[in-house]
Amino acid sequence: MAPGIGARSPWQAATIAAIVPRTGRVASFLLTPERPFAFRAGQHVDVRLTAPDGYQAQRSYSIANAPEDAAAVELAIERLEDGEVSPYFHDVAAVGDRIELRGPIGGHFVWTADDGGPLVLVGGGSGVVPLMSMLRHRARAASRVPALLLLSARTWDEVIFRDELLALHDRRDGFELVLALTREPARRAADFGRRIDRPMAAAILARLPEPARSAFVCGANPFVAAATEGLLAAGVPAAIVRTERYGQ
Amino acid sequence: METRGFTGRRPPPDLGKRVPPGQSVTRDFPVLSAGPTPTVQTESWTFTLKVGPKPVARWTWAEFNALPQTETTRDIHCVTTWSKLDTPWRGVTIDDLLAAAGIAAPTPFALAHSYDGYSTNVPTADLVGGKAMVALAYDGAPIAPDHGGPARLLVPHLYFWKSAKWINGLQFTEQDTAGFWELRGYHMYGDPWREQRYTDDP
Ligand SMILES: Cc1cc2nc3c(=O)[nH]c(=O)nc-3n(C[C@H](O)[C@H](O)[C@H](O)COP(=O)(O)OP(=O)(O)OC[C@H]3O[C@@H](n4cnc5c(N)ncnc54)[C@H](O)[C@@H]3O)c2cc1C
Repeated sequence: MAPGIGARSPWQAATIAAIVPRTGRVASFLLTPERPFAFRAGQHVDVRLTAPDGYQAQRSYSIANAPEDAAAVELAIERLEDGEVSPYFHDVAAVGDRIELRGPIGGHFVWTADDGGPLVLVGGGSGVVPLMSMLRHRARAASRVPALLLLSARTWDEVIFRDELLALHDRRDGFELVLALTREPARRAADFGRRIDRPMAAAILARLPEPARSAFVCGANPFVAAATEGLLAAGVPAAIVRTERYGQ
Repeated sequence: METRGFTGRRPPPDLGKRVPPGQSVTRDFPVLSAGPTPTVQTESWTFTLKVGPKPVARWTWAEFNALPQTETTRDIHCVTTWSKLDTPWRGVTIDDLLAAAGIAAPTPFALAHSYDGYSTNVPTADLVGGKAMVALAYDGAPIAPDHGGPARLLVPHLYFWKSAKWINGLQFTEQDTAGFWELRGYHMYGDPWREQRYTDDP
């Protein structure tokens, strides 16, 4: 049975093996679970924190690494002001700490190289995380499925995984990175210096060799709503669009 | 397992009893859905009641709105761990729907079907007895498309994915048949007080 569908995912302890800053507000937490598990790109884990009196808080985080590199689970967590769990990771958690998690979870927002393409990925801010797993998987599987990532961020420096994405783009193996910076002008010829809109969706779709076969949109809800609207208006059938919404 | 250095942000004590384990209270109304928000026009909207494969009643938007309506203010709990307290809804209870169709609850289980092709399963016992409704209004206004408008199921005592958005029918089934999310790893029943989030939760 495919991981995540009917698979057991009990809580287990994982150790923070490394913390890697990604942008000013986002860091990657590499967790090594006691019992490593197989997963598919796009799936997430649930994380649970327990206070001394037994009070618990639980949140979902997408897996950023490729299924091929499953020894450590990489979570890229954005620090939300006044949040309960994300500031804990940024301000308190340290290498060597043990955190409870369960997973993999989710059987819908997933992509495997065998599913083919062209693949259109649209991410806003930390919504890039499950898409990163898909792109890392595509690279590790040496897939040549045409793939395009339209990634929106406020500024060049707030693009999570920027250098790795630029390097993937430079492989010229059928993957193209397009950035939409909302508070800065575009820096690369292919990029945009505005929010994602319908003409932008149409322009990036025109860069694909054939019509998209699947589209994945991930980010905060207003972003997902706007980006999805753009894709549909540009002629992408609703049936091939999958969304993951991170909250307000 | 205690987490080093975690104290947490608890709900105020008076609300604590209303918040199931692992949930936290939000003032926003987050959105969770698997795909694009469908545009559902009330002019062409219909709601079909089926027993097995057989349609037994169908209403247009105007006919459905003419059914007896009930108001209810309830706490709702999303599997992604937010809870929202005191959400006000208006709609047609499943009891009134069955009465309008002239039938009693025919089978032990039901599947709610939606305009976007999704479905979710709920035992009939959790739909009748005033426990659930097809909601037509939220906070005194038509339900926004993002939140499942024009009509969504409301089964507030189960995790909120059971409250199918963009509902267009209810199908009574003999067997408990997994719906869209239930086929993708989510729990068959989904009681927030027992934290039945995923397939393998007891
Ligand atoms: C499937 C899935 C995958 C996800 N993947 C990722 C990921 O890869 N990376 C990532 O960074 N996030 C991800 N998220 C989001 C993540 O689960 C958390 O929602 C996020 O980290 C915020 O949690 P928090 O505890 O820090 O904030 P919370 O405490 O939940 O608060 C969220 C925001 O609401 C505000 N707020 C909270 N309570 C109140 C209140 N009572 N009144 C007013 N304002 C309030 C806070 O100030 C904060 O800004 C994912 C979510 C889902 C559903």
